[in-house]
This record gives sequence, structure tokens and C-alpha cells, in this order.
Amino acid sequence: MTYGACDVLNISVRRILLTLTLTLCTAWTHAGEWKSLLEDGIHDPAGPAIGILQQPAEALGILPPDVTGNKVRWRKALEDGYINPRASLAPDTRIRQLDTNILMRNTGDLPYVLFPHKPHTEWLDCSNCHERIFKSKTGATPMTMLAILNGQYCGQCHGAVAFPLTECGRCHSVPATEAGNAASVR
Amino acid sequence: MPRVSARPARRGRWSAFVALVLVAVMADDLGAEYADVVLNKRAEREGMRPVVFPHWFHRIRFRCKVCHSELGFEMRAGANDVTMDEITQGKFCGMCHNDEIAWGVDNCDLCHSGRPGLRSGIYGGHQTLGPGRW
Repeated sequence: MTYGACDVLNISVRRILLTLTLTLCTAWTHAGEWKSLLEDGIHDPAGPAIGILQQPAEALGILPPDVTGNKVRWRKALEDGYINPRASLAPDTRIRQLDTNILMRNTGDLPYVLFPHKPHTEWLDCSNCHERIFKSKTGATPMTMLAILNGQYCGQCHGAVAFPLTECGRCHSVPATEAGNAASVR
Repeated sequence: MPRVSARPARRGRWSAFVALVLVAVMADDLGAEYADVVLNKRAEREGMRPVVFPHWFHRIRFRCKVCHSELGFEMRAGANDVTMDEITQGKFCGMCHNDEIAWGVDNCDLCHSGRPGLRSGIYGGHQTLGPGRW
């Protein structure tokens, strides 16, 4: 069965609606710059820490900018040397990294998801994700977007401490039409 | 036939989209920085302000693996049953907050700096609420 003109129009309208809504949500929830600790709603304004703790604007304002989350491109900040966070405390801790990509194709109408191990293992240890959140065997973890939005799987970090789930295109980054070129992707 | 079989998947996608919009709109946005964590399992019960742990501040200085692998912090806010005794003995926060790597445990008010009455969890906008949900 082929798509008719109405189907094409319907899909385009839905895409525009989706993009517009997400853009508005992002703009609305992230209006303004970093709040000071005094007015962030969680620090006690009467407490002695306010004048001593580092302000978010001072810490984050010098890092590569983003439009959402902490308004920092954390991956770029690390890769370009803006920050050099310690990878271990104990001298004998084994620091493990992996440089393989995983292409997830069961994504409905959306582009496929390309998961890169490298930037993740720059920050995280294998044991942070495996085996509790994700099985090591590719495809063995039954993920859905609803579960992720509910804080499971990728949503354990993305939407809480890593870039938010409104940034669809950062994970859904490989159009199905180009996936044939991703034969080398494991 | 393909369209019929595609329907459940489409419903799933629309549910995900609606959930995404709700998450974005309902996100707790007091003004807290994205990834601020409040820990109040014991603090107020013991007569101290809740702890505000700025996750964003710590990741500038330490990779995730240091706290979540070496120090044994679970990947959910408030999952560890941390006591001040353990911290004083050099476990959890006390691994760094020892006057050598970071300020020592006698600076009570610098960590116990939260507004009274706050619940444990992840604050800041655009949250899934996942790491704070139990």
C-alpha cells in the first residue's frame, strides 16, 4: 500500500506540531539564565552557605554553551579540555573505556538511534549500566520511549543529569535511508 | 495490511509524545539548577537542614564513575542509606570531604544548606523524575 497525498500532509503536519511543541516547552522551562543560589528555591536563604558556595553561573558560564539542561555541552567540555575531571581516587582503580557504536533500528517513524559507547565510558564505568540497567548483549534489553520517559533505561540519566529527553535528534540521529551506510556499526 | 500492523506502534509513539510534553511542562522548575539533588532521608529528622548536592558542580571535578563506581553511590537519588558516621569514617562523601580533597565534615552548613521541608530527589527542569522515584 502506498501513501496518498493526505497521508503525506498528515505526517508533515504532525512533524511540525511535534517540533513546535517541543521548542515551546524547551523555551518555556528554560527561560532566563542560571539562577543564583539565593533564589533557586531549594537553598535556605537564611543559611550561612549562600555566600560561600559556588554560584552556578560562575561554574557553568565558562563552559561550551547549550540551549537546555545545565546549558552546557558536557561532552564537548570534556573532549575539548574545558574540564578535566578525575577518573579515579584510588591509584589501582582500573579505568575502562569502550569505543563501539550500537544502532537501534526499532524506532517507528523516527530516525534510528545511534548509541556511542565512547563518550559514555569517558564519564561512566561499565558497571554503572551493565547488567542492571542494560544487558550487555545487543538487543536484549526491551526499551520503550515511555519507559525511558518514566526514568528507566536511558532516562535514568537523560532527563535528570545528562541532556534532557526533549532533544530527540541527539539520539535519533540516523535517518533510516542512510542506515545502509552504517554497515560498520556494531 | 502494513498500516494495520503499524497502528499499535503509532499509538505507542503518540503516548510517548504526550508523556514527553507532560514531563516537560510539569517538570519541577523552582529555579533549581538542572541536576541539583536534595537528600533528606535523615537530615531534618536529625535536626539539620536537608542536604543539597549539586551534581553539576561535582561532575566538573569528577567523572561519574568515581562516585557511582568507586564510592558506591547508586544511580538513584537517596538510594544509599548514608549516615554521618559513615561519612566521618571516610565512606561515601567522606572519601573526598576530609579536608584534603574537599572541605571536611565539620563544615556542616555547607552541605546541609537546603530549605526545610524539601523532599529527596532530583530538582531542576526537564526531569524524568526517574532517579528520584521509588
